[in-house]
Amino acid sequence: MFFGLPVISVAIWLPIMFGILILATGGDKNAPLARILAMVGSVLGFLVTIPLYTGFVRDTSEMQFVEMHGWIARFNIHYHLGVDGISVLFILLTAFFTPIVVLAGWQVIEKRVAQYMASFLIMSGIMIGVFASLDAILFYVFWEAMLIPMFLIIGVWGGANRVYAAVKFFLYTLLGSLLMLIALIYLYNKAGGSFEIVDFHQVAIPLTAQILIFIAFFFAFAVKVPMFPVHTWLPDAHVEAPTGGSVILAAIMLKVGAYGFLRFSIPIVPDASHHLAGVMIALSLIAVVYIGLVALTQTDMKKLVAYSSISHMGFVTLGLFIFNSYGMEGALLQIISHGFVSGALFLCIGVLYDRMHSRNIADYGGVANTMPVFAAFFMLFAMANSGLPGTSGFVGEFMVILGAVKANFWYAFAAASTLVFGAAYTLWMYKRVIFGAVANHHVAGLTDLTVREKVIFAILVIAVLGMGLYPLPFSEIMHVSVNDLLVHAARSKLPM
Amino acid sequence: MDLMTNLMPASAEIFLLVMACVTLIADVLIKQGDRSFTFGLVIFTLIACALITVGTHENGVVYVFHGMFVDDLMSDVLKLFTYVAVIMMLVYSRLYLTVRGLFSGEFMVLTLFAMLGMMVMISANHFLTLYLGLELLSLSLYALVALQRDSAIATEAAMKYFILGALASGLLLYGMSMLYGATGSLQLGAVSHAIQSGMTQSGGANKTLLVFGLVFVVSGLAFKLGVVPFHMWLPDVYHGAPTAMTMLIGSAPKFAAFAFVARILVEGLQPLEHQWSGMLIILAIASMALGNITAIAQTNLKRMFAYSTIAHMGFLLLGFISGGIEGYGSAMFYAVVYVLMSLGAFGMIMLLSREGFEADALSDFKGLNQRSPWLAFMMLLLMFSMAGVPPTVGFYAKFSVLNAVVQTGHIWLAVVAVLFSLIGAFYYLRIVKLMYFDAPESHAPIIFAPDTTLLVSVNGFGVLLLGLLPGTLMSVCAVSVQQSLLLH
Repeated sequence: MFFGLPVISVAIWLPIMFGILILATGGDKNAPLARILAMVGSVLGFLVTIPLYTGFVRDTSEMQFVEMHGWIARFNIHYHLGVDGISVLFILLTAFFTPIVVLAGWQVIEKRVAQYMASFLIMSGIMIGVFASLDAILFYVFWEAMLIPMFLIIGVWGGANRVYAAVKFFLYTLLGSLLMLIALIYLYNKAGGSFEIVDFHQVAIPLTAQILIFIAFFFAFAVKVPMFPVHTWLPDAHVEAPTGGSVILAAIMLKVGAYGFLRFSIPIVPDASHHLAGVMIALSLIAVVYIGLVALTQTDMKKLVAYSSISHMGFVTLGLFIFNSYGMEGALLQIISHGFVSGALFLCIGVLYDRMHSRNIADYGGVANTMPVFAAFFMLFAMANSGLPGTSGFVGEFMVILGAVKANFWYAFAAASTLVFGAAYTLWMYKRVIFGAVANHHVAGLTDLTVREKVIFAILVIAVLGMGLYPLPFSEIMHVSVNDLLVHAARSKLPM
Repeated sequence: MDLMTNLMPASAEIFLLVMACVTLIADVLIKQGDRSFTFGLVIFTLIACALITVGTHENGVVYVFHGMFVDDLMSDVLKLFTYVAVIMMLVYSRLYLTVRGLFSGEFMVLTLFAMLGMMVMISANHFLTLYLGLELLSLSLYALVALQRDSAIATEAAMKYFILGALASGLLLYGMSMLYGATGSLQLGAVSHAIQSGMTQSGGANKTLLVFGLVFVVSGLAFKLGVVPFHMWLPDVYHGAPTAMTMLIGSAPKFAAFAFVARILVEGLQPLEHQWSGMLIILAIASMALGNITAIAQTNLKRMFAYSTIAHMGFLLLGFISGGIEGYGSAMFYAVVYVLMSLGAFGMIMLLSREGFEADALSDFKGLNQRSPWLAFMMLLLMFSMAGVPPTVGFYAKFSVLNAVVQTGHIWLAVVAVLFSLIGAFYYLRIVKLMYFDAPESHAPIIFAPDTTLLVSVNGFGVLLLGLLPGTLMSVCAVSVQQSLLLH
């Protein structure tokens, strides 16, 4: 509660209400109104989440801003919301990106504007709901509801092969979710008829069952992260999604998977998590190294950044499953940083695509000559993606590598290879697109950034550099909750 | 017991019967061509029946007519749902049938008789009452399917429906006769009691006969539910019948079918649960598998929904397999939710159809979002609900059944069920894809009849609203099952 207002509920429902309002503006003749409403709604949506940060008590791992109401009495399901030091960051990140996405689609989206804007606002509310739910079924409802707007965003406004990508995205994620649902129901019965996530933390479960639950959760969360080998939907979805869709997908939706591991897998089935940590680490390292190499060979810019996302998310899962505070906090910082950086990179590609209608690296060359301001911004984000010190990309990767050294030198060795590969594929792409002589008359005709685009990139530059130079505001808020999570993770829950 | 106490619990049925006859006569007397009076009369009858059902409700379980007829909470609740479903079906089909010249007195009278059959099935406590209700319902439906006389495909559907339906009735009767031979009674409670005592005493030879009879009864039930391998009639009938009749077959009778299965298997043959639940597991898995996989290959929407019905009925059976208040309650909830979704989906087909044109091919839904964003959104809600995606109510239907299945320890069964519903999600998604991602093939204006448009909106939003607040409906189902089936 903040001045008597249920902050989290407002943060969830305000964007959704605006979304419905925008839908009501109807056809494209009212598009300007739809855009303005979307902007107002998303900015308000971000402003209402600020009390979550300012009013957050740093020295406790208890849930804060808790709201609890009865919902489905028959199954003892509650409308139970709250945040701890981990989820508050995810919520802020989500609310931060919604206005950016609205702004990014301001002129580019010309058909069915109201539906486009409304989808993003509704999705923003739903994703905040995912991060704030403390009841497993409430979580699940938000988790699945997220699929519907994203499915439409990819399928309606996406590129040539959008239908295939949208259906693949939906079915892949649905498969994981359904298995998770069974695990949740099993836990509900084990916990004596309660869907409270906190109650799940206390249940004693034999190892075999823990491993099965872990696998069910793994399907749900690994698909979202996405981890190798269930990552194949992501490049398709990214390539076909409109710019805004890619940004939300990379910046927020992938984080939902990592959040799931943090909130469900590790504290609920700690023994299985330790038992299978080796597998998780192996898969994470494969993602870091192998997918990094795959990224190197891409000819499509969006695909390249998509593979780079998978590789970076490998870092996140690696950090989570080495079970020390460096790894865990590094993973969380990497999540935030990757949100900013990958979001920014997709926006950069969007800027090029809007002008040239091509994502092929080969179609570009010498863009720096015609778009110098853009080239500067792009440079900074490319550097951040390759983990240059001083940018946000460095902090998380460095901490995860530190944590990995503590666990096993060879983990750290393999993980650190990303510093080479990441730099290689990002900067090589940058070089081929931006530098050199002007490649063709299309590039010669390019115009530099508009004011609207400059505003977007300026905000992101502040975020990327700010976090790189002074990460304390991000790490201090999560510190207590991370330690508490590690305590949970270390406690065996096998029945006595 | 004096006559009045006997008649009171059945007063809704008696009233309906009288009104059906009155409608039959009134329709002959009024001027031809205008059916609004008859229509009004039928709607009035159904609303009055609903009021009577509420008014004559008594706490506890009341048996009348020497235990042939039962009035309990479950029967009253199911009847109320049935009235609502039939009224919705009538409103949906008015315009559709009028332009096809099928909006006749026969249609309405037959619907009322089908309704009466369903009510008798819901309240039956005796094998013969059950059979009576079933036949009344079935015969009315056969005639309704054949109502479009000049359509070869409808006639063929009616023929298939009739022959296979008659076969199923025969199987059912044969099974009942064996059960009667083994237990000496046709009344459900007495049958259950006889099996119970027979089992605890000696009863070796007796049991073979019982199980033999059970197989036939279950086959008969499976025919009526339309689950694999007794599903052959369903796609042809759904496809061939005029959409209004398909909607009738696909909606309210599912309540009656739920009651039918609950009365026979749960009330009558509870002691044989071990045997019948094994059979139901096979039927359920086969239905979910065949229904969901075959539906993918369909290009006709009505056929696709037929296979989807088969899959949904398989899922519903999982509730019966699990047993207990969780299991039966979730099966009832599933039936209610399914009927709501199915009414909306067929309603949408009728809304998009016009004179001489049936919007029952998948391609007719192409680009609906550009022709009418509102209808497309309603259909989207209905499709996601059928696929079981929250925040629509279809999710809670699947959730409560899965919960019951997991509670009984059949986790593998739950996994199988979700895997098949994943396959099922594909063809529902395909409709959303057609509506939102594709360009329209036809630009014919959609005729917005105010009543059907309003109803389809209520229906679509109902799916969403019940998805946001499903608690009450879940509790209603659980309580009625608890007060009826488990107190016997």
